[in-house]
Amino acid sequence: MNFIQMIIPLNITKTISDWISSIMPETAANYTIMVVIAVAYLVLFAVAGLYLVLLERKVAAWFQLRIGPNRVGPWGLLQTMADALKLVSKELTSTIKIDKFLYNLAPYFVIVAALMAMAVFPFSKQFQAFDINIGVFFLIAISSIGVIGILLAGWSSNNKFALIGAMRSGLQTISYELSVGLSILTMVLLTGSLQLSEIVEAQRTGGWLILQGHVPSIIAFMIFMIAGTAETNRAPFDLVEAESELGAGFHTEYSGMKFAYFFLAEFINMFIISSIAVVLFFGGWLSPFGITDNITWFPEVIWFIIKVVGLIFLMMWFRWTFPRLRVDQLLTLEWKYLLPLNLMNLMLMAIIIWLNWTI
Amino acid sequence: MTDQQVQNKIKTEEYFINMGPQHPAAHGVLRLILTIDGEIIKNVEPDLGYIHRSIEKMCERDSYQQIVHLTDRMDYLSSHINNEAVCLTVEKGLEIEVSDRVKVIRTIIAELTRIASHCLWWGVMGMDLGALTTYFYAFRDREMINDIFEETCGARLTMNYNVPGGLMFDIHPNFVKRTKDFIAQFKTKIPEYNRLLTDNVIFHKRTKGVGILTREDAISFGVSGPVARGSGFSSDVRKHHPYSAYDRVDFKEILFTEGDTFARYQVRMMELWESVSIIEQLIDNIPEGEIKAATKAVIKLPKGEFYQRVETARGELGVYINSTGNKNPYRVKFRSPGFSNLSILNHISKDVLIADLVATMASFDFVIPDIDR
Repeated sequence: MNFIQMIIPLNITKTISDWISSIMPETAANYTIMVVIAVAYLVLFAVAGLYLVLLERKVAAWFQLRIGPNRVGPWGLLQTMADALKLVSKELTSTIKIDKFLYNLAPYFVIVAALMAMAVFPFSKQFQAFDINIGVFFLIAISSIGVIGILLAGWSSNNKFALIGAMRSGLQTISYELSVGLSILTMVLLTGSLQLSEIVEAQRTGGWLILQGHVPSIIAFMIFMIAGTAETNRAPFDLVEAESELGAGFHTEYSGMKFAYFFLAEFINMFIISSIAVVLFFGGWLSPFGITDNITWFPEVIWFIIKVVGLIFLMMWFRWTFPRLRVDQLLTLEWKYLLPLNLMNLMLMAIIIWLNWTI
Repeated sequence: MTDQQVQNKIKTEEYFINMGPQHPAAHGVLRLILTIDGEIIKNVEPDLGYIHRSIEKMCERDSYQQIVHLTDRMDYLSSHINNEAVCLTVEKGLEIEVSDRVKVIRTIIAELTRIASHCLWWGVMGMDLGALTTYFYAFRDREMINDIFEETCGARLTMNYNVPGGLMFDIHPNFVKRTKDFIAQFKTKIPEYNRLLTDNVIFHKRTKGVGILTREDAISFGVSGPVARGSGFSSDVRKHHPYSAYDRVDFKEILFTEGDTFARYQVRMMELWESVSIIEQLIDNIPEGEIKAATKAVIKLPKGEFYQRVETARGELGVYINSTGNKNPYRVKFRSPGFSNLSILNHISKDVLIADLVATMASFDFVIPDIDR
């Protein structure tokens, strides 16, 4: 019972969990509840992903002197739902000379990796499915699995454009993984913990970590956002898809729901990167200056969502204003500039902590 | 193991990729057969013929008034200038002197066409390099020009405003006012273009030193237009062999010597300013006069050969008409700028990355129906 209450002790969920454990033995009840939570998360993030697509289309429209989707539902709110329905009902076409097993497996790698990362997210103090003590490490590990799916997709499609896209994805993700990891490590030095809930709680007294760590934190945030954008394969680092060069890159040969998995995974990955940034730099669910600390009924998750959407907007801003980098420039940026800067930054942060100069 | 042993053990081979006929960077049905080693391009072989409509052969069948209409469909982004080229050739053959009014109106509309064409090129250039927003900014301004055209002659793209001997009809009463409004507004938009794309550091990285074309190569391959001027080859027909009203306006021929993609980009951006300046000089004093010189209903060119060249937005368009004295020509040949410019592509895209080829192609501003008539 403790285990269940630790997972989600919100009132409604508690009632449900009590009811489930009253009608079946404890072990069975635990598994049932896990499945229920998993399904709830799946639905939540599928919907979140869809609305991020809509947000992207609206933001793109604002940047491009357009209106954006406004016909399906009020302000086009149901547009992406309709798109998803269309994609679900579409026939799955493929070419003859594909590697069938890998071709079918690839989209699941990408989407499952994206969804797994969601498990450890601290939306608020109570709203966290799985609060493990290596949360940050888990996130980095999971987020690099997705690239296997992209490589498989490119390889098994038996399409040269897809293969080029997949190979670019491989070198891009492996390179920028370093920067993501090192910039996170810089912040972990400051908190001394890998557990996401503890990282957030550490910011309740001392202020957000981006302020606590002086300049190194700000540099770490910038590097994290650059590398995070590269990790999610979004412009200006969208060489993987690079429509003017490769058509659609690694998912050229995919259609229907399998294509939708890749598409949705991109947006969920964007959500993941922004969430990590919010937890590590902007105090997670904590309100700015503690303005809602005394209001007990105020759902803290709202602050989390606001901050995440703010950072997602930043990433969309990048996408709709910058041209694309070339593949050699991409690697130069990482190995010649970001990585040395990151290592120096890590040293600087260590010195600051050693001298106890944090706020 | 030595490098040679490693290479023997890991067998790699070059492979072919079809870039086109359906490809986002080709802007039409151009097929490039690329030989690629990894991501490095070893050979580029353009394959034409996907949109061949035998316009030159059709011209032999048609009367001189009808030929004008076919030329719209060549370089559809400078349709007015193509029309003008044919009309100038026929007028040369008939030895008609068109009125000053016709000359000035033709020049103004030709420069508006050039601005529209360069706008579209700018939007597409950004899109090829991955900056999708440029396209919509460019189309906003191009749309205003198209509206002016629509009011003037009823068509937005394939205009058919010229006829041998003058214009089909007079300009709309609103034309002068709307053109002035557009010019005033467009002058504030060019700095916006620069802020959005030209000053971007990634854009500089992607274009500087990419696809370098030397002046010697430009001359020997017959390259013309902004591509040649980006390599320092002074080839502006408007300057060297003025036609219509270009001899009475003051404008600079934009020349850059770098010869790279960024130089070609800058040539076109500066040409926008020059076109604006040409229109400003002419718009306030359009002379009065006939809009169409008297021609016979059936035009018969005297026996002989006639050639006229004009500067389209893409380069030098030459029209060659061989007449035997009949109501239709014996042979018509168009020297289109795109075809000559395409011939240099293989020469300057050896050992570059695919992304560089896309950037180079964007700076060449190909219109495929112009290459493939």
